[in-house]
Amino acid sequence: MARSTASSQLLPPLATFVVVVTAWEISVRVLDVPRFLVPPPSAVLAALGADLAMLAGSTLTTARGALFGFFLSASIGTGAGLALSLSKTLERGLYPYALFLQTVPIVAIAPLLVLWFGPGLRAVAVSAFIVSVFPVIANTLSGLRGVDPRLKDLFRLYGAGRLATLFKLDLPFALPSIATGLRVASGLAVIGAIVGEFVAGFAEGSAGLGITVLAAYRQLRTDLLFAAVILASLLGLTLFAAVNLVSGAVLRRFRTPT
Amino acid sequence: MPSLGGDAAQPCVRARGLGHVFGDGTAALEDIDLDIEQGSFVALLGPSGCGKSTLLRLISGLEMVSRGTLSVDCAKGALREGARSGIGFVFQDAHLLPWRTVLENVALPLELRGVARDDARTRALRCIADVELGDAEGRFPDELSGGMRMRVSIARALVTEPSLLLMDEPFAALDDLTRQRLDERLRDLWKRHRTTVLFVTHSLSEAAFLAERAIVMSRRPGRIVLDRAVELPFERAGAIRTDVAFARQTEVLYQALERHGSLDGF
Repeated sequence: MARSTASSQLLPPLATFVVVVTAWEISVRVLDVPRFLVPPPSAVLAALGADLAMLAGSTLTTARGALFGFFLSASIGTGAGLALSLSKTLERGLYPYALFLQTVPIVAIAPLLVLWFGPGLRAVAVSAFIVSVFPVIANTLSGLRGVDPRLKDLFRLYGAGRLATLFKLDLPFALPSIATGLRVASGLAVIGAIVGEFVAGFAEGSAGLGITVLAAYRQLRTDLLFAAVILASLLGLTLFAAVNLVSGAVLRRFRTPT
Repeated sequence: MPSLGGDAAQPCVRARGLGHVFGDGTAALEDIDLDIEQGSFVALLGPSGCGKSTLLRLISGLEMVSRGTLSVDCAKGALREGARSGIGFVFQDAHLLPWRTVLENVALPLELRGVARDDARTRALRCIADVELGDAEGRFPDELSGGMRMRVSIARALVTEPSLLLMDEPFAALDDLTRQRLDERLRDLWKRHRTTVLFVTHSLSEAAFLAERAIVMSRRPGRIVLDRAVELPFERAGAIRTDVAFARQTEVLYQALERHGSLDGF
C-alpha cells in the first residue's frame, strides 16, 4: 500500500468541508430559508459559541455514558464471544439470544432500563451497552472460529493446554477481528448513549447531548440542535479514533494487517 | 533394499488393515498394510484425495484409528518430553505465527512442552542453523520468502528432535527451482540425522530424488498399489535428476499411477 503524506490525506476531506459549508451558507441566505428549518452554518457556530459551557458539559455527560457502555461491551462482549467459542452447544444455545440484543428496539425498552437502573448515567450506559455489544460478540466469535486449523493441529500435537492455546494462538489470531468489533462498537456506543438519554437522561446535574437535542427541538432552537448533533458526531469520531489508535498499535505488535 | 541403520527388527510405523471412513460415510483409506523402518525415507505418492493426508493424520494421532491397527513406536530410547514428542509434522504451507520471530516460531514446540527458555533457545538456534537460516533468526515471517518460511517450518518440526517426521506436500506451493534446492537440503539433513521421514508428494521426481522407498496409492478409497525401493545411489547430487537411471525410477512410479487410473486425480 502506498504511504500517503498527511497533507494528501487531509486536504480532500477539508476541501469537501469548505465547499459544502460555503454552499450551505450561501443557499440558505439567498433562498431566505427560515432559521428554525435550516440555520446557516454561521448561526450554528454562533450557538456553539454562546452555549459553549453548557454544550461542553453535555458532551462530557454523554461521553461518560458512552464510554461506560463501550467498556461494558468490550469486556462482556469479548468474554461472551470467548465463552461461545468454547463449545458449539453453548453457541447454538445462546447465540440467538445474543442476536436479540442486536434487534431489540432500544427506544422501546429504554423506559424499562429507567425502571431497573434508575434514570441517569447507569441507564444511559446500559443503553449504550445493549446497542454496541453484539458486534463485539459476533466478531470475537468469528475471529476465534477462524484460527488456522493446521496451527490448531500443531498445538495439539505438541500437547499444548487450553490456556496456552488460547493465549499463544487463538487470541492473537482473533485480534484483527476483535478490533473490528470494537471499532464498530465505539460508534454505536455513542448512538446508544444519546438514544438512552432521550428517555433516561433527565436526572443528571448536567444534561447530556440527547437531552440538549430534545430541549433545542422543543424551543425550535434549530441552530443549537445542529450544534449538539455536530458535537455528538465529533464525540463518536473521537471514540472511534481512540479505539483505532489503540487497536492499530496492538495489531502492529502482532504484525497483522489493520 | 539398502540397509538403513536403526533397529530393523522393530518398525517405526506398523499398520495392519488400516482404514478410515469420514464422517459423511466416504471411505478415505482401505486395508493399508505398511511397515516403515527406523531411519528410512519413504515417499508417498497418489492422486488428490486418495487419503495420503489422512494416513499422516492417523499416524500423528491427530485422527483416531477406527479400523485396523496402527502402532507408532519410533522413539530411540526413552521419550524426553511427553508421549508424542517423537513426531514432527510439516504441512503444505509453512503455517507460522506471524507475530513471532523465526527464533520464537522454531522454539514454540519446546515452549509448549515446558522446556526451559535457555535450553529451548539453544536448541532452536541449532535447528535454524541446520536449515541455513542462521542470519534470519530475528526476522518475522512476513519478511521472508516462501522457501525461507518453509525452512522455518521444517526447523520447527525438527526442534523436538522427532524420531518420525511427517511431511504433507511441504514444497508443493513453491516454484520448481526453490523446490529442488529444498529437496537437496532436506536430503542432506536426513543423511545427517537419519530421522524417519514419511513424505507425501505429487511429484514423481521429488519422490525419486528424496526417498529410499516409494509407495504409490490408488484413488479413493486409498490402497497401496506399489511399494518399492528407489534404486538410486545413496549419494545424490542435484544433477542426478537428468540421469537415465533417475528417469527409469520415475517411469516405474508413473506406470504404477497410470495402471491404477490414479492419474485422473492429478
